[in-house]
Amino acid sequence: MFGLDKKDATLLVVVAILALFAPFILNPFPEGSAMAQFNAGYPDLMQRFVIFGIFAIGFNILFGLTGYLSFGHAAFLGVGSYAAIWMMKLLTMNVIPAIIVSVIVAGLISFLVGWISLRRSGIYFSILTLAFAMMMYQLAYSDLFGQLFGGVLTGGETGLQPKVNDPRILDAALAEGATPKAHLFGLEMGASYKLAVGSWEFTFNAGYYIAAVAMLAAFYMSIRIFRSPFGLMLRSVKSNQQRVSYTGLNPRPYTLAAFVISGMYAGLAGGLLVAMDTQVGAERMFWTASGEVVIMTILGGAGTLIGPVLGSGLLKYMENILSKINKGVLEGWFSFMPDGMSDFFIAITNLFVGKQWHITTGVIFMLVIIFVPGGLVELGKRIGNLLTRKKQPNNTDGSAKAEPAE
Amino acid sequence: MTKTNMSRRGVLKSGAVAGAGLAVPTIFTAQSAAAYTNEPTGSSVTLGFNVPQTGPYADEGADELRAYQLAVEHLNGTGADNGMLETFSSKALQGNGILGKKVEYVTGDTQTKSDAARASARSMIEKDGAVMITGGSSSGVAVAVQALCQEAGVIFMAGLTHSNDTTGKDKKANGFRHFFNSYMSGAALAPILANNYGTDRKAYHLTADYNWGYTTEEAVKTSTEAMGWETVAAVRTPLTQTDFSSYIAPVLQSGADVLVLNHYGGNMVNSLTNAVQFGLRDKLVNNKNFEIVVPLYSRLMAKGAGANVKGIYGSTNWHWSLQDEGSQAFVRSFGTKYGFPPSQAAHTCYVQTLLYADAVQRAGSFNPCAVAEALEDFEFDGMGNGKTLYRGADHQCFKDVLVVKGKENPTSEFDLLEIVEVTPTAQVTYDASIFGGELGACNPGT
Repeated sequence: MFGLDKKDATLLVVVAILALFAPFILNPFPEGSAMAQFNAGYPDLMQRFVIFGIFAIGFNILFGLTGYLSFGHAAFLGVGSYAAIWMMKLLTMNVIPAIIVSVIVAGLISFLVGWISLRRSGIYFSILTLAFAMMMYQLAYSDLFGQLFGGVLTGGETGLQPKVNDPRILDAALAEGATPKAHLFGLEMGASYKLAVGSWEFTFNAGYYIAAVAMLAAFYMSIRIFRSPFGLMLRSVKSNQQRVSYTGLNPRPYTLAAFVISGMYAGLAGGLLVAMDTQVGAERMFWTASGEVVIMTILGGAGTLIGPVLGSGLLKYMENILSKINKGVLEGWFSFMPDGMSDFFIAITNLFVGKQWHITTGVIFMLVIIFVPGGLVELGKRIGNLLTRKKQPNNTDGSAKAEPAE
Repeated sequence: MTKTNMSRRGVLKSGAVAGAGLAVPTIFTAQSAAAYTNEPTGSSVTLGFNVPQTGPYADEGADELRAYQLAVEHLNGTGADNGMLETFSSKALQGNGILGKKVEYVTGDTQTKSDAARASARSMIEKDGAVMITGGSSSGVAVAVQALCQEAGVIFMAGLTHSNDTTGKDKKANGFRHFFNSYMSGAALAPILANNYGTDRKAYHLTADYNWGYTTEEAVKTSTEAMGWETVAAVRTPLTQTDFSSYIAPVLQSGADVLVLNHYGGNMVNSLTNAVQFGLRDKLVNNKNFEIVVPLYSRLMAKGAGANVKGIYGSTNWHWSLQDEGSQAFVRSFGTKYGFPPSQAAHTCYVQTLLYADAVQRAGSFNPCAVAEALEDFEFDGMGNGKTLYRGADHQCFKDVLVVKGKENPTSEFDLLEIVEVTPTAQVTYDASIFGGELGACNPGT
């Protein structure tokens, strides 16, 4: 199907089904129950799942295949976002031009950054990308170009939002007092249909499904790249770049292409972020945001197809769900216990939720790195093996297990 | 080659199906029963408290959250006392929730980042059904969340945000601010500075390199220059800077005799400490004592800077040592619950919550448009700032501004600032149109 072999096609179909039924899957607990706290099926978070999934898929094309660790990918996401918001301010609130332009602009910028940074490899490459990203962050945060030319380019700390009185040459003038809203040919991104089944409530959001379609396309592209001769070249760069050079092949164009492609993925994610929530702030370019995508990719499994999507989902889930569990909620949970005991449990649990959700993330990240270096994908495989009681391929004969050449 | 068999009936059928499919989203959006976003239908109503729990303003955020919890207790009538409800000039609230509905709340972490703040606010609106969002400890976040609330159709009651933009060029019909702003700081400070330091001073500005810094610098510059001061230089410092020595050194060479620190939070603590360590305040320049001014003061900052704040002028929205009934009632119930006096951030958040609840009660509805109408041009008293007006034209509160000075002989670790003057409202009032921006129309959502 679509030029994929059976295994990949199955994976794509599974991801598509998961994306389609996400509003059900992510809302397993009835409204009003104590567990409803853990429901993730509301539009904002579902959109974030797929958008950051795209971001991580793109990052994986660079990091997972070539092994080049970029610490500046959030900059491309930010550039894409700014490009998208300017399209919405100048052209139209329709999301299509915004998304296309964000991909193109991010591609151009990543070409420039990659052109320079890829002269070095290893840690020097990482530092170069980090430096570029922080430079761009500073430019955006203090709106240096805007000040230079006496206008506004990034809006500095306040960021940019579509205003009522923006030109928007393709759109008809807004009605008096109306707020500009992002839409796809009239279908507003915020439009949702709520389906109540018993005490459950499922939300189907237009913006989410548009982002999910983009994610599926991005995922399909990524599979094709992984399986192509180009992907094979990238893998050979990862396993031994020197050998590639000695064979008479110049690896630079390949790595640069991978860098630009992953930059465009980041731009697409940035554009979609703006399409779903029409606002840009410079913080999304900060180096911690770049670090986040590294964590997502490694958490899920670098170099695997589905890993980055899982990793980004897990991280975003924790950021949005764990951080909202406050002491009051905990008190509710443990109220059935005797006083002393409930205080104890609240104190312990409180260490890992609410504003301390970073601790939980850190612990999970460490456990994954130490025990399942292959990330969630490897964890899944191991559990699968345990369940099916499949005999582990014996490594002593040296032939059964195929390990990468690293 | 593929052969297609299209029958007239088949085309019509699939056309009808596709058309229905395209029409579905519009039908569904129009179908929603609620009159406005998150209309509370049960016996309770949910408010969203969106404050920084991590990052540079986490202290302020923690204090804001305490104030919100206190406000909820007072609204539900479950607290040890009724706090400012006793002194508030409007007596609509009964202590049985809002419109008889029990007040519940959800909290979120803004991380002082506009993206994170919006994500958190969106989850409150979409998942928890919050009908009002409040909080924030920086103007970038306030502007971002205010725009979101406008789009989503809920009310936003701004927390600590001092930039002119929040109710200036970025004002929104669904957003309201009780806190004062840079312009008011400048207007209140200038006369006091002229009285104490004379009218022929040369000022040197160090400004935090972001939106709030710019508007504060602008406001202080304009109002002091009107008094006859001269601005020698205005230097931008990165927000993440922690050591300001390299910025302090050139100050003396410039011939300036006043240093204005347009810094807030940790920035101000560090820059002031550096300046004092350099011995600036012991210097004589142009035969005048060298002086330092901090336009926006808070008790938490004074605590951080310790003895360095002694004798330094600044402005503040509210201070716990105020002697009016409202302030005392608030300080008493906050102190009883938490064991220390509240900060100005806590005060403004507490007041905002009560004001919202009161507006709902008076309007008889949670509908954002009705609430906005009740708040617009609402005059009240007994909330710690004397007579206050919620101006309808830009949704900004107009009230007295406090000019404070670091205390020479503090009696406790909380008693760090003394009130020099209460600048009357008339002196800090400005025309609503000077900052540009458009309020737009209120949006009830759905």
